[in-house]
Amino acid sequence: MKVAVLIKQTPDTAELPKVSVAEAQSGDLQATMVINPWDEFAAEEAIDLKERFDFETAAISLGSEGETDALKHALAMGVDSAVLVDERIIDNGDEWTTAEALAEAVKTEGDVALVLTGKMSVDGNSGVIYAGVACKLGWDLLVNVTKVVDIVDGKLIAEQVFEGGQETVEAPLPLVVSVAKEINEPRYPSFMGIRKASRAKIPLLGNDDLRIRPAYASHWRNLVKPERERVQARIFDGDSVEEKAARLADALLAEKVI
Amino acid sequence: MVSSAQLLYTEEHEMIRKMAYDFTRNEVMPIIAEHDRNHTFPYDLLPKMAQLGFLGICLPTRYGGAGMDFLSFGIVSEALEYGDSSVRETIAVHLALHALPIFQWGTEEQKEAFLPDLASGAHIACFGLTEPGAGSDVAAIQTRARRDGDAYILTGEKMWITLADVADRFLVFAKTHPDKGARGITAFLLERGWDGLTTGAIEGKMGVRASNTGWINMQDVRVPAAHRLGEEGEGFKIAMSCLDNARFGVAAGSVGIIRACIDESVNYALQRKTFGKPIAEHQLIQQMIAQMQQDLDIGELLVWKAGILKNRGVRNTRETSMAKWFCTEAARRAADNAVQIHGAYGYSDEYNVERHLRNTKSAVIYEGTSQIHTLLQAAYALGLRQDRPLRCPMPAYDPDVWQ
Repeated sequence: MKVAVLIKQTPDTAELPKVSVAEAQSGDLQATMVINPWDEFAAEEAIDLKERFDFETAAISLGSEGETDALKHALAMGVDSAVLVDERIIDNGDEWTTAEALAEAVKTEGDVALVLTGKMSVDGNSGVIYAGVACKLGWDLLVNVTKVVDIVDGKLIAEQVFEGGQETVEAPLPLVVSVAKEINEPRYPSFMGIRKASRAKIPLLGNDDLRIRPAYASHWRNLVKPERERVQARIFDGDSVEEKAARLADALLAEKVI
Repeated sequence: MVSSAQLLYTEEHEMIRKMAYDFTRNEVMPIIAEHDRNHTFPYDLLPKMAQLGFLGICLPTRYGGAGMDFLSFGIVSEALEYGDSSVRETIAVHLALHALPIFQWGTEEQKEAFLPDLASGAHIACFGLTEPGAGSDVAAIQTRARRDGDAYILTGEKMWITLADVADRFLVFAKTHPDKGARGITAFLLERGWDGLTTGAIEGKMGVRASNTGWINMQDVRVPAAHRLGEEGEGFKIAMSCLDNARFGVAAGSVGIIRACIDESVNYALQRKTFGKPIAEHQLIQQMIAQMQQDLDIGELLVWKAGILKNRGVRNTRETSMAKWFCTEAARRAADNAVQIHGAYGYSDEYNVERHLRNTKSAVIYEGTSQIHTLLQAAYALGLRQDRPLRCPMPAYDPDVWQ
């Protein structure tokens, strides 16, 4: 049985504000590209499940040829194999088309019982890809999972959070799961993993490998960066730490922040 | 366009760089200012660094190491010192000044006996050369070792020893033949718990306050002959070869400090406004930042050059000395300028740059003062000094054998 983890390569969050409109439009980003932080939790969970249940693990990403840093990071963490889906096959398609390409790639992996993803990407922020993948595969979907309690009798038992609470749920495999950051603490790549990853040849899946139906293409006709918010700093003075804290708390209450 | 990093380093190196910098940003930087302020050693970092393989990064896997090359050791040193000198020092002392000398000079039995526990972090190790009355003048050490059957009896004191109070393994140097000067020095591997061996911490340091620095006292410590490293009288050569390893880590770490000073200064200069504009637009601020960048570019190349020579098993005493001399002085300049750019804020521990400034002062003193390196370089240039082949040269890096 196999766990597939969907991974996106995104700009380092520290460098996101530096990405220019022209770079975003051309797709030629100068920023340091890393594994989408939300997907790193999914990769860690895949490796953890591999260690707990002896699953095979595979990382799948959609991007242009050579965009393999994020996949190699997953390999270095301990994921067994990786494939890159050539983004040209979606021909500027929207999230729905992206989901279809990723779902088709999952099918090529064979005996996949579980697809893990992060909750969103830090650049696109759509937060809908995993739902599209579940729909295209025809599998059930669990979101905001904070703990995989067990996998037994063809079912996954998990804890998930929702607004105002948490519940333990049970769902039959195969399944798509989006994980929340509370689920684990991603490990650092090991030296052995780095050696393996740096030598890995990552297959590129293109039109000959995946059949994607034509879909609506999306183009950014106009792209603007949000205005920088003007922040006014206030420093609360007082004779003691308690007095300063009390004044700060009063101000936060007045602003309805707390 | 190919970046300089891509020209000089492999993809494997770049992945190590990212991992090590992530470690520093996530694990070191959030806690280190408090440890520095309180003069406490960050014990929690040791098992984390051990688990990642930092403690044996450039030791072959057959001895429990990670099997990476010397450039990787430099990269990890740079990344750790980006956070704080004290953390990088731990690796330098444990690995470069203790484990690597055993790898270079030890018998096969010693390598198999000692290296795996050092690489795993089960044992933490230090290096005892400096004494209250002997620093740069190594031949003046007073610690004595007297042969007694199948053992040696060691008596003396070591001073300014990094990790003295943390380590449980000690590489110390003592005179077995006091009348022979530098040729009468022999190296020994001691263990905590042996009768007559005591350690203590030194308080009141200007910098590297999150590092443990202390003394080792030996009162008739009985050391089995099997714990002698190298031959009798070979201690001076062993000590100098140790410095070739450690100075490389110091140089690479200093590159990390320069990078940290640039990052912090650029951030600050872009935000801080005077006379109606960011101070980054003032030319005298730009001059200081440009100087840091120039030093960074030179320092990176010097470290790379020394690392490549080490990988190839080529004697690199001169090149490593040059890298250490330049990079530590450049880091001190960078930290000084970074504090200047930060103004009054830079003078407080609210920002990291004042810590870097205090730390960099130690690096121009330890592992050979800048004055010693100046004399070394002059001696090489004037033809007054030539490095002779060692009985046990550091092996070249061979991935097929080391991994």
